[in-house]
Amino acid sequence: MAFINIKTKSVQVKIVYYGPGRGGKTANLEYIYQKYRSSITTEMVSLKTHDDRTLFFDFLPFDVGKIKGYDVSIQLYTVPGQVKYNATRKLVLKGVDGIVFVADAMVEQRKSNIESLNQLRENLESYNLNINTIPLVMQYNKYDLKDAGVPLLSPQIMQQDLNSQLRVPAFAASALAGGNVVATLKKIISLTLSSIQDQIF
Amino acid sequence: MKKYPILTEKQLDAIDEVLQQKLIKAGVRNVMLIDMAGNTISKQDNGQFKIDTLSFAALAAGNFAAVEAMAKLVGESEFALLFHRGETASVHFSKIDQNFLLITMFQKDISLGIIRLKVTDTIDALNKIIYN
Repeated sequence: MAFINIKTKSVQVKIVYYGPGRGGKTANLEYIYQKYRSSITTEMVSLKTHDDRTLFFDFLPFDVGKIKGYDVSIQLYTVPGQVKYNATRKLVLKGVDGIVFVADAMVEQRKSNIESLNQLRENLESYNLNINTIPLVMQYNKYDLKDAGVPLLSPQIMQQDLNSQLRVPAFAASALAGGNVVATLKKIISLTLSSIQDQIF
Repeated sequence: MKKYPILTEKQLDAIDEVLQQKLIKAGVRNVMLIDMAGNTISKQDNGQFKIDTLSFAALAAGNFAAVEAMAKLVGESEFALLFHRGETASVHFSKIDQNFLLITMFQKDISLGIIRLKVTDTIDALNKIIYN
């Protein structure tokens, strides 16, 4: 549930990028940070290990203007993707309003994607949230690797594996090159804000 | 478990006032009341020290949540108090309840003992404002 301060007339919305390790969650945030650097007033915070794996989370806040007189600030978080960090992943999901599931299109990651999505479902349940109702966008990442000859799952197979029941908006993307990163972000912001508007205003 | 409360503007004003009177006036340079998801409910400072409170709150909530998970692993229900000491500045974290965390930043001209006394007093006052 978004955090609303009636005194300062502000709304804080928490969007979490979730998905298997090395899938491109941090790369999404880094691309957004680089692209909109001039209008983002704070630094991006990254808690990572010495080999650049996310240890706790990345955090990137920015403002998106006003809704009904309230200043809306979006806070993007990532979770650590590695299997062993589920306790930390769960902590980051606390208070989440919207989720981008960043799946890895490499053939060898097929199982990890499905496992990660199942774990997301369980982790949300521990906060009494339902994966079927929370604003959610799928991003199938790494399609830039096609040119390098890396075997990739087609977006159709990704849809079948991950989105056949959820039926949420999905994008084939390349987080490193920026392909569909902004489209994903815009989609999750609009889904989340309209869900919040329904709840509050 | 206490339900996450909805605070009125009057309550928020009262919270600001308590933090100013009990902590900033006692020499604390920066104080924040945040929730466990990292949202800032109130931030007060002595006018001389500005920090990126948005990031600080997100990190503090993450830090506290991690410490709490560690507490559970050693069989404690919680470590309600955290203290980080720096060369000139120190930070004191105190859990108010399952929903809120009070963060007090101060310099070495003020002792930890005083901070603990003032924080306890402040938390009593905040509890009255938030839950009454």
